[in-house]
Amino acid sequence: MTQNEIASPELAACEVHGMTRQAFILRGALAAGAFYGTASVAPFVSQAMAETGGGDAEILNFALTLEYLEADFYNVKGKSVGLSGEAKKYAKEFGAEEAAHVAALTAAIKQLGGTPVAKPTFVFPATSEKSFLALASVLENTGVGAYNGAAPSLKSKAVLASAGSIVQIEARHAAAIDLLIGKSPTPNEGFDKPLTKEEVLAAAGPLIKK
Amino acid sequence: MPSPTNGAEEAPQPAGIVERLVRDDVDRKRFLKMAGSTGAASFGAFVLAACGSSSSSSKSASTAAAPATTGTTTSSTTGDVGILNYALTLEYLETEFYAKVVASGLFNGKVGSLIKDFGAQEASHVAALKAAVTKLGGTPAANPNGKFPIKSATQVAELAYTVENLGAAAYLGQAAKIQSPEVLASALAIHSVEARHAATLGTLVKKSVTPQGAFATPADMSTVLAAVKPFLA
Repeated sequence: MTQNEIASPELAACEVHGMTRQAFILRGALAAGAFYGTASVAPFVSQAMAETGGGDAEILNFALTLEYLEADFYNVKGKSVGLSGEAKKYAKEFGAEEAAHVAALTAAIKQLGGTPVAKPTFVFPATSEKSFLALASVLENTGVGAYNGAAPSLKSKAVLASAGSIVQIEARHAAAIDLLIGKSPTPNEGFDKPLTKEEVLAAAGPLIKK
Repeated sequence: MPSPTNGAEEAPQPAGIVERLVRDDVDRKRFLKMAGSTGAASFGAFVLAACGSSSSSSKSASTAAAPATTGTTTSSTTGDVGILNYALTLEYLETEFYAKVVASGLFNGKVGSLIKDFGAQEASHVAALKAAVTKLGGTPAANPNGKFPIKSATQVAELAYTVENLGAAAYLGQAAKIQSPEVLASALAIHSVEARHAATLGTLVKKSVTPQGAFATPADMSTVLAAVKPFLA
């Protein structure tokens, strides 16, 4: 996708000149942090982090926020933006899977004695199938990096196994979407890059309204 | 979908290094090796080199890596080194498989280029895992040498889809068993790439990119080794 094919100025802001979207995610969300400013992501951080006592539940709440975001993206935006063919099929399938992740994480957080975060309100700068898929690629690839980055910090082996079972699905989604839009299904070559919480927030934070 | 358990025999009797990998206790003593000063700290450097920086990966390295260096010996078939050698064996097979597929000339154009990329990525996994085993004081497993039926583009793509799904399930099956956060980070970085390969091949053979739905199913070592047995030369 080239710069001028993006209908939404917000999404265009996600594209960094001279870089592929994947490179953008890799190198950092950092760039997005600069674009949007840390102030815009601060409310998201506090919402995701404040309600639990830390540890595994806190990490899972972070994941839950991302899964809420992905589920809403496919299940709400995916319906309203007007998709067809493979894009429509993927949105339906992936949306159901993200919703299942939401349910699983919510249950896991409760089991750990934590309080699941409330579902935030999202704003998705996608106005066409093309911009929808471009954003899907960002979200899925960010999801992979987020889980891979957080997993080694999990204390419970059972929670780790669940997170692994979910990240594999995010990776599969990412590859399918990237193939559909003519990008490499392995943007990080042989080793997916783990993302820090800050990097994830820089990428996802701007999509969270409240 | 070819589930990870497809092809699993009742009583798996893997051969060669694969056999050694599953016969932990029997062969343990033969593979004892002084760990020397290598351990979590130096392995951390490997992970950083192989997977990019990860600010969260060094926290509990000293305690978590302890099992790998207990008693100042490192077995090549148990603990994190055993898991890495198991992964290495699978990556050797995947690398050889893709090399044969590329050599067959069955795929051209975009698909051919993806197949080549995947082969190169599996080879990079082999290199990283070998280095990791060595840094942990273990002896890297030898290349098991595979044999793969290469008949037609469709058959090969189907086989590749099966192999990659198995690989993803194999890594997933070990994740919770890994002691060192550095080794775990490394395994996860590879795991999601295997998943990307599997999904890509799924689109190629017109099968689901998420054959197990929202939650990927792990496969344990004996299931995986039984499944790869037919591909050992």
